[in-house]
Amino acid sequence: MVTSLPLLSRLWLSWVTSFRILFDGRFAAQLALLREAGAPSEPPAPAELPVQVPPAPAAPTPEAPRGSNDSALQLLTLLQREGRFVDFVQQEVASFADAEIGAAARVVHEGCRRALRAHARVVSVRNEAEGSSLTLERASEDVKLVGNVAGSAPFRGVLRHRGWRVEELTLPTVVGAHDATLVAPAELELS
Amino acid sequence: MSAKFVVGIDLGTTHSALAVAELGGTDERVSVLEIEQLVSAGSVAKRPLLPSFLYFAHESEPALSLPWDSERRVCVGEFARSRGAEAPQRVISSAKSWLSYGGVDRRSGTLPLNAPDDIEKISPVETSFRLLDHLNEAFRAARPADGDLAEQEVVLTVPASFDAGARDLTVEAALAAGFEQVTLLEEPQAALYAWIEQNGDAWRSHLRAGDRVLVIDIGGGTTDFSLIDAVEQDGSLGLSRVAVGDHILLGGDNMDLALAHVVSQELAEQGKELDRFQLGALAHACRGAKEKLLSDASLQQVAVVLPSRGSQLLGGSIRGELRREQVERYLLDGFFPAVSATELPKVRPRAGLTQVGLPYASDPAITKHLAAFLARHAFADPASGATDARPPTAILFNGGVLKAEILRTRVIDTLNGWLAQRGSAKARVLPGEDLDLAVARGAAYYGLVRHGRGLRIRGGTARAYYVGIENPMPALPGMEPPVFALCVAPFGMEEGTSAALPPQELFVVVGEPVTFRFFGSSTRRTDPAGSVLERWRSGELEELPQIELVLPAAGRAAGDVVAVQLQASVTAIGTLKLEAVAQTPLVPDERWQIELSVRHGSSAA
Repeated sequence: MVTSLPLLSRLWLSWVTSFRILFDGRFAAQLALLREAGAPSEPPAPAELPVQVPPAPAAPTPEAPRGSNDSALQLLTLLQREGRFVDFVQQEVASFADAEIGAAARVVHEGCRRALRAHARVVSVRNEAEGSSLTLERASEDVKLVGNVAGSAPFRGVLRHRGWRVEELTLPTVVGAHDATLVAPAELELS
Repeated sequence: MSAKFVVGIDLGTTHSALAVAELGGTDERVSVLEIEQLVSAGSVAKRPLLPSFLYFAHESEPALSLPWDSERRVCVGEFARSRGAEAPQRVISSAKSWLSYGGVDRRSGTLPLNAPDDIEKISPVETSFRLLDHLNEAFRAARPADGDLAEQEVVLTVPASFDAGARDLTVEAALAAGFEQVTLLEEPQAALYAWIEQNGDAWRSHLRAGDRVLVIDIGGGTTDFSLIDAVEQDGSLGLSRVAVGDHILLGGDNMDLALAHVVSQELAEQGKELDRFQLGALAHACRGAKEKLLSDASLQQVAVVLPSRGSQLLGGSIRGELRREQVERYLLDGFFPAVSATELPKVRPRAGLTQVGLPYASDPAITKHLAAFLARHAFADPASGATDARPPTAILFNGGVLKAEILRTRVIDTLNGWLAQRGSAKARVLPGEDLDLAVARGAAYYGLVRHGRGLRIRGGTARAYYVGIENPMPALPGMEPPVFALCVAPFGMEEGTSAALPPQELFVVVGEPVTFRFFGSSTRRTDPAGSVLERWRSGELEELPQIELVLPAAGRAAGDVVAVQLQASVTAIGTLKLEAVAQTPLVPDERWQIELSVRHGSSAA
């Protein structure tokens, strides 16, 4: 039977799963099934939830497939290396002036943009200008309806966001025994 | 010879690239092969360019694994370059410049120059071999069905300014990598082949007989000039390379570094001192800022931000800016000043004691180097001995630096100014497309041309070669015996041909190495083999690393003196071969090969 989780655990879960939904297609698909089915009669397989993954002490399997989080970690590593993304997000920015944040944002923007362009082809879902009127012949997943959502197709409205779609994602191949969780190693300068 | 492909390799000073064309197939297009390489610790990706850097892992680091070798301790490419910026003593860069530098023994372990004790230094030849070996591995990994580069025809490009010794060493590296069917091609010629390939048959409508194409190739580390003539040949259009420039160690990296110094000086005035790491990051940031300013005329300045080295990005970052006026002053006026045709590069006298290091150009003004090249080969007074001096009528640009339109425009305007002063017509620009990959593409296309699929650029060797002979004279205190130059290989020898045997005899002691002074000239085009120069104008002959001959004692007594004649030939590969032919042979056609570029230090240095 399913017991309710306390609020803090739920917050944590929603935070980690949001990343996982983004980067782990299989997990997202399972979650979608779960959602379609309404309240599940069985709790989801605990191993599928990162918060509950039990440590696997037995049977070290170096040949096992790499963790499903690896590509997400790889992307974070890339964004950190090229654009200091993790540094930026991890730092408290409240006490800094906009000019300082702006200067840092240039580093983050330029680097993350370079990393994104080198590894993904991102295209807009709609090519019409934002703010222009648009008629949608039938509902489709790539356009989300907002506002007075009622009635049936065709839908007439104003394009507010053109949307993004990743057409191609080519992350570097992971080789050797590299610890993927090491998004940035510490640095020690020898003199 | 059942190669399935021709592979063009641009083994560049800062980047290398590889292009492939199928032999005997219906598809004659050339395609660029993306090169798999380590791009960061533990990750491998394909890139069109392979940075020509070699990094040696420290014991504290895990193996530099590749998909085909998990134990490797040395890596080539993007990670080697970025890791090299963090640990500069462990990286080799500019291997190609070392390969052409006679100041070090290019077959002994000298690199990385300031390597710590745990690294076993390697030679410039081995560095080139490792780069080629990586390209071979990447080819095998990308096209497992097509085997090895050893089974393909490989066209390897070299700067037009490479002398016979540097060409030899390049082939040595290629043979070490197992490339048995290798041919050399000059880079500016490769750029023109790429232009021909890109234009298809239409290229003939862009060039007419009588045109003279000036190829200007500015890469990351070197600048190379060539002149190629369009000539009437059996009723149709032919191409002939008529002149090549000197080896100039000056390129895009110098420009980024110059801008970084400008910005770092401004920062220093504001009390912000940069360390070595930040200066490296600044050069990188300046390259990006420069490209933005050069490509968008509406921008007046671009912020250059150096992120703090620690994990706190805010508060520790340093902000500077690069202004349009600075880019114009330091890039345009520093590297491409609008000079007159008679303004030649300054030559800084060499300090008496110099550290081992590459002979970087002492004058950064590329337009002055161009003026010097044209003064010698295009604008020269025909009465001065230079034959066929004619101004260029067309320009072909190559190399990443010239992607910036503002720089191309400056070069064109300067050149056209010189032409107008002489009453000549303006030069047209031949539109090239991919300035980074053209050389590799052109090299692969040349492979097809060798199989009769297109027009071949003629030209032969770009230099005449001479051996120094001491003139016997009574010893005089304080006077060195004068040296005459005996021409052994005339200018423009084609592949697979031999020079006439010069009548002069030289005497060699059996069993003892004999060295000769060796000279090259890119301006003396009419000296036949056997002609002896008693004097020559300054700059006309360039002294090259010495050459060496050892006569094995076989059949002769050690210490005997044997009379030989020196004969030059150009191999099918495109290297110069110099042989000593016995005057009174013990066996028919007795000859010994002379080794080019054996030891370091030319005696003139």
